[in-house]
This record gives sequence, structure tokens and C-alpha cells, in this order.
Amino acid sequence: MNFFASIGAGVVNGVWKLGLVARFFALLLRYSGQSFLRLHLTIREIYFGGVLSLVIIAVSGLFVGMVLGLQGYETLQRFGSGDALGVLVALSLVRELGPVVAGLLFASRAGSAIAAEIGLMKTTEQLKAMDMMAVNPIARVVAPRFWGGVISMPLLAAIFSAMGVFGGWLIGVVLIGVDEGAFWSQMQSAVDFRHDIMNGVIKSAVFGVAVSLIAVFEGYDCTPTAEGVSRAITRTVVSSALAILALDFVLTSFMFRGL
Amino acid sequence: MSRTTLDLWVGIFVVIGMAALFFLALRVGNLASVDLSQTYTVRAQFDNIGGLKVRAPVKSAGVVVGRVEEIRFDINTYRAEVVFSIATRYEFPRDTIGSILTSGLLGEQYIGLDAGGDIDMLQNGDALQITQSAVVLEKLIGQFLFDRAGSATD
Repeated sequence: MNFFASIGAGVVNGVWKLGLVARFFALLLRYSGQSFLRLHLTIREIYFGGVLSLVIIAVSGLFVGMVLGLQGYETLQRFGSGDALGVLVALSLVRELGPVVAGLLFASRAGSAIAAEIGLMKTTEQLKAMDMMAVNPIARVVAPRFWGGVISMPLLAAIFSAMGVFGGWLIGVVLIGVDEGAFWSQMQSAVDFRHDIMNGVIKSAVFGVAVSLIAVFEGYDCTPTAEGVSRAITRTVVSSALAILALDFVLTSFMFRGL
Repeated sequence: MSRTTLDLWVGIFVVIGMAALFFLALRVGNLASVDLSQTYTVRAQFDNIGGLKVRAPVKSAGVVVGRVEEIRFDINTYRAEVVFSIATRYEFPRDTIGSILTSGLLGEQYIGLDAGGDIDMLQNGDALQITQSAVVLEKLIGQFLFDRAGSATD
């Protein structure tokens, strides 16, 4: 009986938390206007979330593109269509790998940092102190971090994809010797701006919202102890990864259905 | 508000991100190649569209001039009706022939337009009068076998 009771409790807790997230999101949007009045707070968060993630995003993108180049060529040349390597690299990066992998990296690098920072602020009662000084902690602490993440994410995904295409070019054209003209021209005729690139940007923006919301919520909602903060960070990374992959499936089934 | 180096880094970040997006749009994507912002739509009925898909290219003399917008089945004529858009700067005579062709042996299918000699041009919403269906491989093989059987009995 205890087993069933724990399942029930888990479901109830999950639904409870979902409602809490929704209410938190509404509150966050309500106080966002206030935080935009002090734009330097958001800019500071773009620096910590976006600029400092730049190196890992660029290097990972390069490696993913290079792996795609090697693996793609290996398979494509069996069918005598090694020239289509550019199409394979560009489409898989722009549509899927760019937003998804950049989102996962962003969640583990910036999302965890945001959750830890807010969680520690809560543990050391800085949030309460702000409240007592009539400074809204959601407007002062939470909203800038959220918007910093939302703004950074599409840019990071675009950089990831661009670096990946460069990596694929490096392996395909420079190393293996695929014809450069065919590489670019086939890519350009297959990749559509509205359909492929814009949908990738939309995907990454949605992932940015999801990851940032999970990170600020877990930080804000954590149990104010050392253990609570560490659990909040773990939950941030785990739920962000799950959210990204699940949302990716939903978005893909909307965007690329029946084509 | 005083300017800090932090602002500079964020600016650099945004510039790099935008540059990446422009690179994707112009170099990887085909934003620059075909301008299909201003178009007119034309309808055409086919007996068989084969594997034609929505968003397949419409080509004339091998140049992409438009895209397939919609494919539906006409229950009055029992034929497939394809609606496609053509860029406004490409005008075609009214007796243009539309045919469904395949790029390469196993490539994607597209609509090929062969311009006719009419003085009047196709207007928005017009329908092509003469069309040629997709070649279905099974029918082709069947016809070939039939012909062989026919010639063997002679």
C-alpha cells in the first residue's frame, strides 16, 4: 500500500509544482517591466550566461560539425553522393543539433550557475533582506537572469550552428577533398531560410525560455540549506535536459510534419 | 550610466551571434538566391502527381521560379489539383505546359514549366490548360513488358 501511496504523492507533488511554476512565470512576466528599467542588470546576466558560454559553445559546435563531416562522408560516399555532405551537415545542425546541443550545454553551464546563485541567495536570506528593503527580489534578481538566458540562447545556438558548418567544411572540403562549389551550392539549395533556419531560431528561443525558467524557479524554490541548493542544481540540469528533448520532439512534429 | 568593459563584451557577443545568423541565412541558406516574397498563384490539374510534395520547386528551363503551395484532390474531376506560386517578375504565357519531372534518377520531383506562345500572360488564380503527369515507374515497366509480349507474337 505504501508503494501506491508514494506514487500518488509523487503525482500530486508534480502537479502542485507545475502550478507553482506557472504562477511563478506569471509573476516573473509581471515584474519584468520593472527590471527592464534597470537594463544593466540584464546585460550583466547576458555576460555571465552568454559571453562566458561562448568558448564552450564555439568549440563544441566545431567538434560536432567535424564529427558530422567524418560520419556523413563515410555514409554518403557509399551511395556516391559525397557532394551532398554540406546538405547533411547544415540541415542536421540548423534544424536539430544546433538548438538542442547548445541548449543542453547552456543548461549545464549557465542554468546550473543561475540556480546555484539564486539558491545561495535564498539560503543566506539575501532575498528576504531585499524584500524587507522594499526591493522586489523577482524584479531585481530573478527577471534579469531569466531574460539574460532567453536573449543569449538563440544567439548561442546560431553560433553553434555556424561553427558546426565551418567544422563540416574543414573536414569535408579541406581534409577529405569534397568539391567546394558542390558543398556550398547543394547546401544553399537545400536549406531554406524560413523553413529551416527560422524554425531553428524559434526552437532555440523556446529552449532558452524553458531552461531559464527552470533554473530561476529551482533556485527560488530550493530548500534553504546546503543540501537543498545542491539538489536544486541537480534538478535544474536534469529537468532542463528532459524539457529540451521533450520540447524538441513537440516542436519538430509541428514544424517538419509531412515533408 | 557609465560604460563598462562588461557592456563591451555583451556587445561583442551580440555582434558575433548576429553575424552567425547572417552567415546561416546568406551562406548556408538560400535567402539571397530566390526572392519569392512577391508571387502570384497558378493552379494545375494532373492525372497523377507521383511523389510531388508541398514546397517542391517549380522550375522553368532548370531555374527555380516558384514553389508548390498546396496539393489537393478534386472530387469532381478525380484529378490532383496543385496550387503553386511563381515570383511576380517571371511571367508566363497562358498556354504554358506544366509537367511533373524528377531531378536525377531518384531525386525529388518538381513542376517543370514550358512556356507557350500566347500573347496573354498567366494571371493570379489562373489554371494551366495542358499538363503532363508524373512518370510512374510501375506503369512504364508494365507498358514495356506489354510491348515486348506484343512484338513477340508477331
